[in-house]
Amino acid sequence: MTDGMAKPLPHATDTSRPFWEGLREGEVRIQRCLDCAGWVFYPRSNCPGCLSNALEWQTVSGRGVLHTFTISRIPTVAMFADEVPQRLAVVELSEGVRVTTTLVDVAEEDIKVGMPLEPVFESTEGGEGVLLRYRPAATP
Amino acid sequence: MKSVRGLRGDAAIVGVADWKPERKPTGPRQFMLEQWAELARLALQDAGIEAGEVDGLVTPRIGETSNFVPATVAEYCGFEVNLAEMVDLGGANSVGMVWRAAAAIELGLCEVVVCAIPARPTPSDPRDGAFLDEGWIFGASSNRYGSPQAEFDIPYGNLAQNAGYSMIAQRYAAVHGYDERAMAKLAVDQRTNACAHPDAIFHGKPITVDDVLASKMIADPLHMLEIVMPVAGGHALVVASAARAKRTKHRPIQVAGCGERLTIKTPTYARDLLETPVGPAADRAFEMAGATRSDIDVACIYDCYTITALLTLEDAGFCKKGQGLDFVRDHDLTFAGDFPVNTHGGQLSYGQAGGAGGMSQINEAVHQLRHNAGARQVANCETAFVSGTGGVMSEQSALILRGA
Repeated sequence: MTDGMAKPLPHATDTSRPFWEGLREGEVRIQRCLDCAGWVFYPRSNCPGCLSNALEWQTVSGRGVLHTFTISRIPTVAMFADEVPQRLAVVELSEGVRVTTTLVDVAEEDIKVGMPLEPVFESTEGGEGVLLRYRPAATP
Repeated sequence: MKSVRGLRGDAAIVGVADWKPERKPTGPRQFMLEQWAELARLALQDAGIEAGEVDGLVTPRIGETSNFVPATVAEYCGFEVNLAEMVDLGGANSVGMVWRAAAAIELGLCEVVVCAIPARPTPSDPRDGAFLDEGWIFGASSNRYGSPQAEFDIPYGNLAQNAGYSMIAQRYAAVHGYDERAMAKLAVDQRTNACAHPDAIFHGKPITVDDVLASKMIADPLHMLEIVMPVAGGHALVVASAARAKRTKHRPIQVAGCGERLTIKTPTYARDLLETPVGPAADRAFEMAGATRSDIDVACIYDCYTITALLTLEDAGFCKKGQGLDFVRDHDLTFAGDFPVNTHGGQLSYGQAGGAGGMSQINEAVHQLRHNAGARQVANCETAFVSGTGGVMSEQSALILRGA
């Protein structure tokens, strides 16, 4: 049923566009609430902590730690068959927010919850032209 | 003694219908509307209530239309209703349907409410060959423009259910430690139950802990036998007022307490992946019913995966946080055991008929409380706990049911 369908890629909205522009420039930019000072991810129009609409973009290191992961031995959907085994991960950034991603440049047996990670800006054809993946941090 | 406002227990489940789960459906393909009507007929027949008495309905989404769903169902079935509700809580739908029906009955809006979830295959469209369920290729995630899942989860392959539940299990292992043999025992005990239920998809096929651990690793740390088997089927039930319930065929099963909670769609964004929403939902249900955990004779715990059941045992308060695997190791969870869980086999071994899977758990509680569960009957069964779980530990709901 999904044979021949292109792999789904992200498409920015007016709200999220600065995030994707940042990635294309090799930076991780996330929002921070001007009212409650909470960090926000994914990008939103209103702060999920207090519903304020006063959010500003800040450039952060993009570094974080591995919060959890799995290695999917079968494709999560047929379009991802070329990525099996899929190294799906949740990374907690230093600011405390979490992102969905995949791990690269790491052997399966070396993947450990809590390991320090750094961003990898991977170019894609189509979509926003870039995805935010993660690899073990060169320096802890 | 009740210390919270809520249901007074003036509504009861009076009729149920269970289509035998099937790996390969044997009957003709029917539209969901047709299945809805037939399931309603069977549940009303079980109750001994005429169709003309129905004055409320609660439905999930159906394939034939994306809007005006309750009106379409009501018209098709010929129901004239004072409660027309559609719920969209995934696997938590069934529990959500029951408490909404009970609440509407207690408000005096209606007397007889039918809840049905059809999940047999539907016909293809002769115009283009499309099937009604093709919107589900991204699992429970939406790939529409503007959907946060489409923009931040799906492009990384994080979609459907296996990956999300596996990541929760992996986090559990990192925080609390992990005993894969105890996790496997959850599946084994339920299989034992399925072997006492002739309709279960895995009836007659007992398994061991080693069988579970030898089954294919799907997404670490979850094996094939820790993941539900999708089947075709469907379930329905009828909720009626206490007054109407007195004139039905079976022992009415009182809806004594309920709770519901959700905070996220994708677990990545949960405040704590291991503090699942069933905690507050169960607390509310128990408090409303004036019941304690030790009152529970049978626990029908939503079990799309072993990890779902494990976290629910902990967060619903049957054991302490982080001690679920000890609890599983120390208790016999079969119908003959000291803490019977999912006596029909659970969805893991009875089969998960799509969105109807969770209703198999409510209906099993009804069978146990009616004392008509046959070979798998739990002795002196008077009080049951039922949980529902939608998405990836997203929507969760809880019910306390009592024999009336």
